[in-house]
Amino acid sequence: MNPLFAMFVTQRLVHLSGVDLAIIAFYFVLVLVIGFYLKRFANTGEDFFLAGREMTAWVAGLAFVSANLGSLELLGWAGSAYQYGIMAAHWYWIGAIPAMVFLGLVMMPFYYISKTHSVPGYLKLRYGSEASGLSAVTFAVMTILMSGVNMYAMAVVMKVVLGWDINFSIWVSSLTVGVYVAAGGLFSAIFNEVLQFFLIWFGALLIPILGMIETGGWSGMVARIHQNFPGQDFTHMWAPMGSFANNPMGINWIGIVFGLGAVQSMGYWTTDFLVVQRVLSAKDIRSAKMAPILGSFFKMAVPLIVILPGLLGLAVLPMHLVPNAPHLAPGQHSYNEVLPLMLARYCGPGLLGLGITALVAGFMAGMAGNVSAFATVWTYDIYRPFLNKAAPDKHYVSMGRWCTLIGLIISIGTAYLVMGFASIMDYVQALFGFFIAPLFGTVLLGMLWKRVTRWGGFLGLLAGTVSSITMFLLMQKVDPQRWVPIFARSPLAKGLAQDMYQSLWSCVTCVVVTVLVTLVTKPKPDAELVGLVYSLTPIAKEEHASWLHRPLVWGILALVALVILQIIFW
Amino acid sequence: MSEKHHIIPVWFFVGVLLLVYGVMIFISGLAEWSHPPDTVLAELHAPVWWGGLLAVLGVIYCAMFRPGKT
Repeated sequence: MNPLFAMFVTQRLVHLSGVDLAIIAFYFVLVLVIGFYLKRFANTGEDFFLAGREMTAWVAGLAFVSANLGSLELLGWAGSAYQYGIMAAHWYWIGAIPAMVFLGLVMMPFYYISKTHSVPGYLKLRYGSEASGLSAVTFAVMTILMSGVNMYAMAVVMKVVLGWDINFSIWVSSLTVGVYVAAGGLFSAIFNEVLQFFLIWFGALLIPILGMIETGGWSGMVARIHQNFPGQDFTHMWAPMGSFANNPMGINWIGIVFGLGAVQSMGYWTTDFLVVQRVLSAKDIRSAKMAPILGSFFKMAVPLIVILPGLLGLAVLPMHLVPNAPHLAPGQHSYNEVLPLMLARYCGPGLLGLGITALVAGFMAGMAGNVSAFATVWTYDIYRPFLNKAAPDKHYVSMGRWCTLIGLIISIGTAYLVMGFASIMDYVQALFGFFIAPLFGTVLLGMLWKRVTRWGGFLGLLAGTVSSITMFLLMQKVDPQRWVPIFARSPLAKGLAQDMYQSLWSCVTCVVVTVLVTLVTKPKPDAELVGLVYSLTPIAKEEHASWLHRPLVWGILALVALVILQIIFW
Repeated sequence: MSEKHHIIPVWFFVGVLLLVYGVMIFISGLAEWSHPPDTVLAELHAPVWWGGLLAVLGVIYCAMFRPGKT
């Protein structure tokens, strides 16, 4: 995720008319009505925390991809496209598609067959409470902090774009999210994510359409970019990746392929419970396998409404945007304001309201996703195993509802904390990254190798996490000039490159420690690993299904489409 | 979508959202037809055709997934 936090001392970008306000108000009314409607269906634990496990592949797939289509991502990556050009699309293509297909074809059967409620829940079954507890506590803390960051970011964006009071935005949005998630649980969160998906597409799609008309198509846009920024290459993805010095990102192809594609994106898309929870709500195993693969096709199309507006900004905006900074000069705008600027350029009353509602919906869906995942992990992976093992199901549902509200109150506190100490946001986001890459190593080894032991899993996860934090501190705080060339392989490696290599080495550390500890400790008996490990789990074949309904066929098609896109924009 | 609970499909709510927004945007586009806003390519009257598209999709979704149909 690319934050937009440092921008924002400027005049408001747009003024809303009556119809715009009516559009925004209707959205709030609709999500509250849906929340109250769904409350009657969220009675059992499986209903509240996993939406009854009855979502179709389409609904689960859209919710899966929408959980990552928040407004921070939209604004931040459109800004990155303005800053770095089409290379930012790596995070949507190689940085997402292979991982989604891998989740659907390889990992989802284990999550689904084990009937776990969460990723830490799988770790408990596979390894025991040590690895599960570490994963659950870190996930719960980080999720709730992220929700607060999201809340504050929304309030700041609303203040900059619309001139709204920060307190008003924080309280109205969080109360709305609190009411509808506490009422309908994951049902509400998923319904809202599907609505958000449509809102974001219909709110943002006019920008590339009108932008292409204005510039005369792709070649016209490229010509204008060359005219505005002579000598700079913004429209090739791989050609400038030969070395760190050839591109504004300061990264090379090894960092993108192995750091982003093989580790960081795999870690995020296959072990971050926020997104995996959506797929666990699928009604059967075929739907659970298809959901992330269907989601991958939608994900592949997202650059159309995120990256292309950033590129169009390079072509048509009369001013040059500047890096994010705490204080911008009057009339200056930061990279992260490119999407609202393009919205204001093309959209008048009505369409503007739709675009702003899409942003609000994105922020609120992000908060809802975080608090619903938090409620699940707290209730099933911390409260139930460590604090109250034998309560009736109704008690856990009640705990989930209270957790949702308490989680939101903590998020509001975090938002105000961040308001006072802006640098906290950078640390919160960095912290989130510390746990994802090693967790991928732990989960994958656990699924594929039955020999991995309880202590191998736990100590590997711990070592990977500690190594990630250590590398971050050495590269960012202690002595960047000394440590960046060592860990990120070049003194020219910039922030994103450092993140990628940090992920890569922390995952490698996790795997090495896990293997070494495993070799000197006693494995679990096979009988305890049935349904959890590849060699001991019978997975139903799909010969009876027509090729149109086979996840493998669609997974291969997604990968072929990915390769074609890379060639087109090489 | 929900065999166990008989919940109204999420697609119906999507249809309601698109229909209401489509009508609102379409009408605001017609209202500003003779004095379009100060935006680039305002002469294309995007709110009219975009609002119309949303409304048509909304009607289709509402009809296909209306409560009680499945």
